[in-house]
Amino acid sequence: MPENAARIRHGSSIGQPLTRRDGLLKVTGGATYAADNHPEGLLHAVTAVSTIARGRVTHLDVAAARAHPGVVDVMTPENAPKLAMHPDKKDTPFTFRLDLLQDSAVRYANQPIAVVIADTLEAATEGVALLAPRYNVEAARVGLDAEKPIVPPSVGVGEPPDASKGDVEAGLGEAETRIATTYETASQYHNAMEPHAIVAEWKDGGLSIDMPTQGLSIAQGRLAGLFGIDPKKIHIRSPFLGGGFGSKGTPAGPQVLGVMAAKLVDRPVKLVLRREQMFGPVGHRAQTRQSFRLGTKGDGTLTALEHCTLTASSTFDDFFEPSGGVSHTLYASPNISATHRAVRLDIGTPMFMRAPGEASGSAALESAIDEMAEACGMDPLEFRLKNYAEKEPLSGKPFSSKALRECYRQGAEAFGWSARKPEPRSMRDQDGLLVGWGVGTATFPALMMQAQASAELRADGSASMLIGAHDMGQGAWTALAQIAADSLGLDLDAVEFRMGSSDLPNAGIAGGSAHTATAGDAIHKAGSAIIAQLSELATQDERSPLFGAGNAGTIARDGWLLRRDDERRGESFSDILKRAGRERIEGQGNAGSDKAAREAYAMHAHGAVFAEAKVDPDLGQVRVTRLVGAFAAGRIINPRLVRSQYYGGMIWGLSFALHEHTVMDKRSGRPMNASLAEYHVPVNADVPSVEAILVEEHDPHVNALGIKGVGEISITGTAGAIANAVFHATGIRVRELPITLDRLMG
Amino acid sequence: MSFPIALTINGQRRAINLDDPRVTLLDLLRERLHLTGSKKGCDRGQCGACTVLVNGRRINSCLALAVSLDGAEVLTIEGLAENGTLHPLQAAFIEHDGFQCGFCTPGQIMSAVGLIHEGDAGDDPERIREAMSGNLCRCGAYRGITEAVIEAQKNMPSRMNGGAA
Amino acid sequence: MNRFEYIRPASVAEAVAAASEPGATYLGAGTNLLDLMKGGITKPTRLVDTTHLPGLDRIERLEGGAVRIGALVRNTDLAYDQEFSKTFPSVAEAVLAGASAQLRNAATTAGNLMQRTRCAYFYDPASACNKREPGAGCDALHGANRTSAVVGWSEHCVATHPSDLCVPLVALDAVVEIDGKAGRREVPLEAFHRLPGDEPQRETVLEPGDLIVAVRLPVEAAAFAARSRYVKIRERTSYAFALVSVAAALHLEGDRVAEARVALGGVALKPWRAREAEAILDGAAPDEASYRKAADAALAAAKPSGDNAFKIELARRLIVRALTLAAAGTPERVPALPASVFQAAQGSAIHA
Repeated sequence: MPENAARIRHGSSIGQPLTRRDGLLKVTGGATYAADNHPEGLLHAVTAVSTIARGRVTHLDVAAARAHPGVVDVMTPENAPKLAMHPDKKDTPFTFRLDLLQDSAVRYANQPIAVVIADTLEAATEGVALLAPRYNVEAARVGLDAEKPIVPPSVGVGEPPDASKGDVEAGLGEAETRIATTYETASQYHNAMEPHAIVAEWKDGGLSIDMPTQGLSIAQGRLAGLFGIDPKKIHIRSPFLGGGFGSKGTPAGPQVLGVMAAKLVDRPVKLVLRREQMFGPVGHRAQTRQSFRLGTKGDGTLTALEHCTLTASSTFDDFFEPSGGVSHTLYASPNISATHRAVRLDIGTPMFMRAPGEASGSAALESAIDEMAEACGMDPLEFRLKNYAEKEPLSGKPFSSKALRECYRQGAEAFGWSARKPEPRSMRDQDGLLVGWGVGTATFPALMMQAQASAELRADGSASMLIGAHDMGQGAWTALAQIAADSLGLDLDAVEFRMGSSDLPNAGIAGGSAHTATAGDAIHKAGSAIIAQLSELATQDERSPLFGAGNAGTIARDGWLLRRDDERRGESFSDILKRAGRERIEGQGNAGSDKAAREAYAMHAHGAVFAEAKVDPDLGQVRVTRLVGAFAAGRIINPRLVRSQYYGGMIWGLSFALHEHTVMDKRSGRPMNASLAEYHVPVNADVPSVEAILVEEHDPHVNALGIKGVGEISITGTAGAIANAVFHATGIRVRELPITLDRLMG
Repeated sequence: MSFPIALTINGQRRAINLDDPRVTLLDLLRERLHLTGSKKGCDRGQCGACTVLVNGRRINSCLALAVSLDGAEVLTIEGLAENGTLHPLQAAFIEHDGFQCGFCTPGQIMSAVGLIHEGDAGDDPERIREAMSGNLCRCGAYRGITEAVIEAQKNMPSRMNGGAA
Repeated sequence: MNRFEYIRPASVAEAVAAASEPGATYLGAGTNLLDLMKGGITKPTRLVDTTHLPGLDRIERLEGGAVRIGALVRNTDLAYDQEFSKTFPSVAEAVLAGASAQLRNAATTAGNLMQRTRCAYFYDPASACNKREPGAGCDALHGANRTSAVVGWSEHCVATHPSDLCVPLVALDAVVEIDGKAGRREVPLEAFHRLPGDEPQRETVLEPGDLIVAVRLPVEAAAFAARSRYVKIRERTSYAFALVSVAAALHLEGDRVAEARVALGGVALKPWRAREAEAILDGAAPDEASYRKAADAALAAAKPSGDNAFKIELARRLIVRALTLAAAGTPERVPALPASVFQAAQGSAIHA
């Protein structure tokens, strides 16, 4: 166990199911999201977007837009402020190419092609309509069969496209039972409730910005590069995001256009995307076609698992949905192959979207595993246990911790899985509806990113913790403050906790379900650094009751440093500082991944999701009447918030299985359901029962606090569990997600 | 041309000179009166984030022309707490974690106020889920929302729910 | 949204005069009109605000038993009017199955009749649509048209009418009362909406200036109160437009159907009265065999307008379901999930 883990103070905060500290602001309308800001002299900007997917803009009626009362200016490629860096230049793999009016080319539908700036939102909106663009249209490339597949240079975050061990063909050869099956998943749009927005103002050669971002310093750096100014001259505030889900990880093109518009008119500008404009320039989850070949021995032991993914990216940038990754880690097959191929289409560049790769990969893999269990005549849960991976199958590494067996057990018990009748279409409810029960395994890597925090303890006993962390709903304002309080041995309310602003220490990105672990680790280290200094002051001072206790011989609690061997002996932080003549002690914390530990261990959170679906036998309409998920994700900082994360992820899984898809017109390449009326996400009535079980798990390797992350795991497992429940209810295996009722009418 | 209208917003009567008849109630609240608690998630009546009460009934403020509402009483999230005391729904949303990112929350809460006033759902969770289905929550806080509505209703004095059971 | 002239008339006569000008349109709650204007789908130059007109917001019981629903009666007020919902339960159920509580609180009765189609190509100004621009063509015909019409469509338009309320209303012989330049007239709801033919831009029989002032349900409609249902298939448990919906009403005498009413939503550019089905049911036994025959008759002339053949079979099965539910009796109270297949059945299994 790392030395510092031994010194965790299980103070009063970590592990407590506290309510959200930002709750009061959020229930009173007092939480300020980017578009809620109104600096003096504000103008409104609205983007015009392309209605074609490929070609060039040949004409914009700028005069008509300008003539509309209230319109101040129209920004087009002709007059857009010159950028210091071409928006198509890619200086790091995480720099995504943006459409910033660099030319008249159109590369996907809903690409920004102009911006109208006006005194009022009404005038700017109508100004956009008056632009009436004309185009040279080229035929759009739509769908996975439109182009010849390529081998992507890498998938996800720099992972190789292909990975394998053993010999799949040999494994299939020795199998007694074999299946080959193909699944398709739809392209999906993040659709956070808060549309991408920015309020930007140029001030004294610098920039003052309100925008939702999951990565403050990434945004700062990107804008600094594009506008050729010192990042320090850019101040971004992002105290609250109205949801991000990956789409706000890096600045979106339209947000940058807001900064350009402010520069053009030299006034503060607010630019908010319209909902329909979010189907293109702000990323999406790419569609996939995933083909499997599986083989088992007579007892159901897997001999081969082949997982071939075909996905899509844009014509001009790289992001490749890494669906095959789940097959590296989930089931113990001696022979595994996971490959990725891709086509380039006239679409906006796909992006990280909640569990990128894991969600789509899990939806397909869990369905394929269910088919294999069915082919073997085995209970789907029993089949999964039969092929339980004691070591990470692809790498052969031991897991740093893995309580999946316990997840299966507790989840199955809470759900009542043992009463399941094996035969499909054999269960009905009292109203005659078909009932199906399905299971899926959840998995998500326990990542660590990089972050910094700084803390200060003052002689009056007060303290502050500063970190440029982000709250997009996961609860950073609360969970990170809990970690901060414990790291300093103080009550939660005694610590001034600041985050959500770019002038605070760089907390990296709220992504990869790693923000609590990473930012929390930095906070923990910053607080610990202060306590270590405090301890040194006290234990080396003869006048202190702690004299001679040694650094490891003290514990900090409620503003006091106490002797570990005799807690009756101690001294308040204030007294220690005052006697030492110190006004303050400062501490810094740097979080990053422990390379040696990651070489030695595979690190993942796990879970088991059980779903009950009811299906009308004649009409095919589906309702998921119960969801039970049991998840093990290391140390839980705040169980109330973690449950909410699990519920949310499971509802995303439901959405994946039954709702979300993009209806694309194959002729124009335009998404035809770009609205929340037609692009369905679940409503309240779609979720009658959702339950999350927090399975205890201690992980001594992932990081000092043993946190694995909970933001994304529960979307995995769930989509597959629901698809499997629908199969069990109906006897019909729908291999194209989302499952629609016309496929179930029998 | 200007359009003088009068609205009572959160108990305060206001004379408003609209310079443009196109202004929706939502844009009036947000962009001109700077009451930004009501949110714009879709601007087309498809998400419920803009829900406010007009003359005691919940509506989508994005699909109402302000000029047409001349004379109406409007209650927004900013006017719900009385003298600094949270409305029982606000307290219950915090307690039951009926939100994550918080963006849909003002609309959810105002919708729930309207729901309780309508008096049709009672404490039947299925009726509450149905009646709250006009408010999307992308974070998926539906369980907490439903629980909060049930609990708040129990704790509400009858004057707050219009006497409806 | 384009700029427009806003007029708030004090009387129906003033309203009719103001709305008779080219480019004028009536504003009710605006729940559909503002949506269309924001999308650039419709661009009226004058809005005549009806919401302040006196006397149009009442539900009246007329002598002889007919019920008159004022044009400005909000959807919610109609559904929650106890006497009305008891007398016309399928109408209340249809209202509560539509949109969301917020929209129902605002939306008016007349506005519901005037709803435009949800066809994605109508809603997308960049697509060709004969409704928006006569003669432009119909991009839906060979486009993404899984939800398009299966009856009454033409090669000029395959859109459907989205209303829930209109479906039971048309089944119950509702009559639309209209004030216009030539005075007051009445049109049966069944004849109010037009099928597309070669003029899909003409959606109703209304002439410029015509104002719907009321919708009337005849006294005969009350005879179905005991066995009257609305069932709606949608791709989300709530807050979704119908793929297909059915209003069914039965009047039983002994072991026979004395009179039946069947209408469909989501299948045509108008609420679709299935008189062929009713003819089969009249005098028949109220059993599954009769319902199936009726359903076959209702869809006999149906044909897919694209990738939507499943809607024909779905409509058939839904007719059988709706009739089965209607025969079982109107529930005491509108179910928790109105018009849903996931409502708890009363008594025996309905999905057997």
